[in-house]
Amino acid sequence: MRKNGVKVIKIKAKDVDVFYGKKQALFNISLDIEENQVTALIGPSGCGKSTFLRCLNRMNDVIDICSVKGEILINDFNINDKSCDVVRLREKIGMVFQKPNPFPKTLYENVSYGPTIHGMAQSKQEMDEIVETSLKKAALWEEVKDRLHEPGTGLSGGQQQRLCIARAISVRPEVILMDEPCSALDPIATAQIEELIDELKKEHTIIIVTHSMAQAARVSQNTGFFHLGQLIEHGSTDKIFKNPDNKKTQDYITGRFG
Amino acid sequence: MNKNKEQLLNKRYKAEQRFRLYGLSAIFMALLFLTIFIFKIFSTGYSAFQKTWLIVPVTFDAELMMLDQNPSKEDLQDADYYDIALKSMADLDPNANEDQENELKRMVSYFFEKEIKNELLNDPNLIGKTKEVYLTASDDLDQVFKGNYPRDLPEDQRRVSDYQLKIFDQLVANGKVESKFNISFFTNADSREAELAGIASSFMGSIFSILVCLMIAFPVAVLAAIYLEEFAPKNRFTDFIEVNINNLAAVPSIVFGLLGLGVLLAIFHLPRSTPLVGGITLSLMTLPTIIIAARASLKAVPPSIREAALAMGASRMQTTMHHTVPLSMPGTLSGTIIGLAQALGETAPLILIGMVAFVNTIPGSPMDPAASLPVQIYIWAESAERGFVEKVSACIMVLLGFLIIMNLFAQIIRHKFEKKWS
Repeated sequence: MRKNGVKVIKIKAKDVDVFYGKKQALFNISLDIEENQVTALIGPSGCGKSTFLRCLNRMNDVIDICSVKGEILINDFNINDKSCDVVRLREKIGMVFQKPNPFPKTLYENVSYGPTIHGMAQSKQEMDEIVETSLKKAALWEEVKDRLHEPGTGLSGGQQQRLCIARAISVRPEVILMDEPCSALDPIATAQIEELIDELKKEHTIIIVTHSMAQAARVSQNTGFFHLGQLIEHGSTDKIFKNPDNKKTQDYITGRFG
Repeated sequence: MNKNKEQLLNKRYKAEQRFRLYGLSAIFMALLFLTIFIFKIFSTGYSAFQKTWLIVPVTFDAELMMLDQNPSKEDLQDADYYDIALKSMADLDPNANEDQENELKRMVSYFFEKEIKNELLNDPNLIGKTKEVYLTASDDLDQVFKGNYPRDLPEDQRRVSDYQLKIFDQLVANGKVESKFNISFFTNADSREAELAGIASSFMGSIFSILVCLMIAFPVAVLAAIYLEEFAPKNRFTDFIEVNINNLAAVPSIVFGLLGLGVLLAIFHLPRSTPLVGGITLSLMTLPTIIIAARASLKAVPPSIREAALAMGASRMQTTMHHTVPLSMPGTLSGTIIGLAQALGETAPLILIGMVAFVNTIPGSPMDPAASLPVQIYIWAESAERGFVEKVSACIMVLLGFLIIMNLFAQIIRHKFEKKWS
């Protein structure tokens, strides 16, 4: 998004290093993410793009041996600082995972879980509204409005993933992280999710990790290319795909490796 | 080449067939042993649920009972029943000499006086009249009637004399011996007399012990498992704890009994022989079983569920309590029931803390002395009287029934928890 023609930077990563035990997984990553745009992270398997994504909502904290160094500024606030509260951080930064992972509870409970724990609804009516708008934004409402109280695990894969997106946006996060959200889905479900991503970027900043170059080209405005733990190149999707500066990027895009 | 391949394929099919056969025979063996075991117990034990009664005419002679005219209730309570009881037995054979009268008396349980008294208390109008009263037969005659007694042994090797057998046979011929359902087996506490011994005390003892065990072991074990699995850092110290919990599960149960004896009884002076101490001791034994089961089922909860909750901004506590623990409950409950079933069948530690003591009262709370079912089996199996043989089997049947009901209960709970989401 440009305000008066100036790019607004939502997330600013500066010299981020990530270690799994003694093994270094990310080297000196510096990357700016624009507000209300879709940024795609591409690269071969094991290049560290998911690791980087998980740095942004500190999901790496869960892994005992993982340590993160460097600064990640979101709204100019360093989330790696000790004063940062992860619970508040993750309320602002939602995440959608590779494999659809709805809670084994009802659809309604899945979507209302976030607002419940963060105390976002004062009454049942308000909660109903949040659930409805979230499901509508996730383009799932029409399909499930009659069975909100059936288990979320009973949906198809694509529906489950949209349910997970509805769950993520139910707390109105500023940023949504998506870790290969379509890798377990068929082309039709993938198309639906991609359409959804395009819609969601009006209100949210989206970062998506993907293996599919075509998907990156279709949905993103900016792209970062990772290789062996390093950010080789980043810039506008147009430029990366049509006229990359780096030879490795060129090789990867054209399918010569990866 | 082709022929070779065919031979190889045949060989593979044959190997599979052989393997199936081994498996089937293993299952057959297991079933055979189980059938033999159950058949043996049932064939020995079922007769314990029947009790033999002698129907003896009793004359309620006011004079012999030292009763005045129009006695009050208290008078009836305090009256002397021994003489009329003795007399009614002696009257079975009018020609009996003194020794034989003594033998006649021993044909019924020592409880016969009380049985006659109860008869009169129920119907005070019987004074001066004669009525046929059901008296519990002695355990030996009970066995004779059930056909379990070796009558062809020489007399000096039997506890039943030829004379007693003669009178008994007469009674049988006259239809004065009857077999009825043995209610007292379920309502009486233990007794030195096989015909009066029952499982009420040990049954209640087992229930109280298990309840105490459950109330201590379950919360402690589940909390420990949750902490270790979800919160504790993985380092040498927690590894050490984990190894020791696994070791604890392998400690012989008698060692826990010694612990109960040395700590609960000697240091804390808790009441000896009570289900309270028994339950605490058993809970120590059950603890590792439940912890291991609970940890395994917590581990089995897919990490993606935890990630989903954490990514929504749930705290670790919320993630655990809202998602992980409910999902792990079926496994945890199964482990708990397995642990409790073990505890229910445990004998050694209870013997050490004194639950082997002879208890002829029925416990009303975990603080009263009691036995437990397996210990009762042990006590009876040690007794010399022939009458206890069938009681042992009957008690085993009750214990097995208890276990089956517990398992059924576990299945139902498990099913309920699982059904909710699948």
